[in-house]
Amino acid sequence: MGGKSLFEKVWDDHVVVPETEDTPAVFYIDLHIVHEVTTPQAFNMLRESGLPVRRPDLVLATMDHSTPTVPITNLDESLDAASDPEPANQIRAMVKNCADFGIELHGFGSAQRGIVHVIGPEIGATQPGKTIVCGDSHSSTHGAFGAMGFGIGTTEVCHVLATQCLLQRKPKSMAVNITGKLKPGVGAKDVILALIGKMGVDGGTGHVIEYRGETIRGLNMEERMTICNMTIEGGARAGMIAPDETTFEFLKGRPQAPQGADWDAAVERWRKLVSDDDAVFDKEVNLDVSDLEPHVTYGTNPGMVVPISQNVPSDKGDASFRKAIEYMQVEADQPMLGTPVDVVFVGSCTNSRMTDLRAVARILDGKQVAGGVRMLVVPGSQAIKDKAEEEGLDKIFTAAGAEWREAGCSMCLGMNSDKLGKGELCVSTSNRNFEGRQGPGGRTVLASPETAAASALAGVIADPREAL
Amino acid sequence: MEKITQLTSTTTVLAIDDVDTDQIVPARYLTATTREGIGKALFADWRFDANGNEIADFPLNQPGAADRRILVAGRNFGCGSSREHAPWALLDFGIQAVISSEIADIFRNNSLKNGLVPVIVDTDTHQWLLDNPGAEVTVDVEARELRLPSGKTVGFPIDPFARHCMLEGVDHTGFLLQNMDNITEFEANRSWQP
Ligand code: SF4
Repeated sequence: MGGKSLFEKVWDDHVVVPETEDTPAVFYIDLHIVHEVTTPQAFNMLRESGLPVRRPDLVLATMDHSTPTVPITNLDESLDAASDPEPANQIRAMVKNCADFGIELHGFGSAQRGIVHVIGPEIGATQPGKTIVCGDSHSSTHGAFGAMGFGIGTTEVCHVLATQCLLQRKPKSMAVNITGKLKPGVGAKDVILALIGKMGVDGGTGHVIEYRGETIRGLNMEERMTICNMTIEGGARAGMIAPDETTFEFLKGRPQAPQGADWDAAVERWRKLVSDDDAVFDKEVNLDVSDLEPHVTYGTNPGMVVPISQNVPSDKGDASFRKAIEYMQVEADQPMLGTPVDVVFVGSCTNSRMTDLRAVARILDGKQVAGGVRMLVVPGSQAIKDKAEEEGLDKIFTAAGAEWREAGCSMCLGMNSDKLGKGELCVSTSNRNFEGRQGPGGRTVLASPETAAASALAGVIADPREAL
Repeated sequence: MEKITQLTSTTTVLAIDDVDTDQIVPARYLTATTREGIGKALFADWRFDANGNEIADFPLNQPGAADRRILVAGRNFGCGSSREHAPWALLDFGIQAVISSEIADIFRNNSLKNGLVPVIVDTDTHQWLLDNPGAEVTVDVEARELRLPSGKTVGFPIDPFARHCMLEGVDHTGFLLQNMDNITEFEANRSWQP
């Protein structure tokens, strides 16, 4: 029998009742992150069944998806002014649900409010070896710490609230080996876009990916999170990276990380969370990134992606391809560089952290966003907002003509007041370029923060390597 | 959940690959706090124009579509977000089974918990179904097979537990709740605590 992979070690550590042919495993969850959009029906299910929340101490609650990104000082008045009635009600329902069920809420005014997948790591709640779920598919982000993070539906949110467990069948495993040194101007976002382009948006279905190799070991935690975040765009259940010194360094001293002797014991346990040399994976993929270019999407899913200097692919008669380029108003074989841009969005759980904001600030510093281009910079959390302001990044953004907003999901998904208009083209650092994702009729080009910043200055899709 | 043993219907065909959950239910319809009436959001941006009028050639708007219980979709249906609103909206519209050669994981999971049958078939069968909209087929959950008009049957995989819940009309939560003692014991005996 071969050794165990990282994923298998974490899996085995959480099996309460093993799966049988007839029944799935009862699988324990260590951290449940909840937000206002995918939980109200779950709390209603609890109420209908008269069930309490089993472990309120293992629930991390915030509000991020439908929240406005203008300041909310007084919950009732400023919320009504900044939001439509339905999202406002949803936000109020979250406040009530958390109060009714004894869950601490990091709501408006909390220094720890932010995007679900940003605040977990930030406060140190995301830790190696944990199982972490949230009613949001980008829960894969937490895998950057050697945790197993995955998205669940609302019925499953109810299951975890009531029992702290889920019913699960063990997924298959897949190793993605990434090698080579990245060139200047090329980053984690380009790596994951290139990988999804290679694997396809369903390449990971049924699998948990472990990202391995020298390139991954050389990335900082924020870059690792960007990679794991977009794992779901390749269809995989979760994406994991074995914890190492970089991971421990990031977590040390964070409010919810273990302290003192507990810290030493935790690190000792975490060091074992690596795949054994003889671990067997169901599938392996290799990617050499030595010659990788910045990548941008041209179509309506993250797998429709090209190196920035290349053209939209040729039309081979595929109906889905045609539908996509028609929606995007691009032509087969046209270059992506030079395509006019209406909006630039820097934000989302993929790229809204300090290193992302600093990279954008470096490119914008002392320059002006092109006339006619609207640029939004939206920090991933209140803590990032505070830190960026302490470093003066907000001044650089606003002096360049960009808008600097309150933390939240913002224009990543068209459900709060930040939306694209019909036909507008947005270069976005988020993770999904689905039709209408950023607002009905809006067109999304996914890119790195550097590409977004360079494109904002040029007013057209531009190569960030020329702006360095 | 209602009992489902088998389901016979003509099909509606949506021959597009990688249909994501943002199309099935656009985000702006996720602001409700209940699931009532979510069917109106189903494929809202594909079914209706900017003025709210039906787009005639969209498959779900074609005559008879409202009575069809089975949707045949392109490869990798339901990719993207974890919103359970996607199966809720399909069910509310009247769709009770989705057939494709590939169905995304989270959507499939969510569907099984709500009594929407995800049917994964081989690519030849899939192609035949895509080419023959309106064909009358039977999804037999009990026998785990799809019956085509020619009389041919094709097996499909379905998790035995999810199948049991569908056949008996029980939800998954009950099984978890029966395991509360095991969960308490697990929590007490762990080598570390979260
Ligand atoms: S930023 Fe976007 S992808 Fe991330 S949690 Fe928010 S809506 Fe989901």
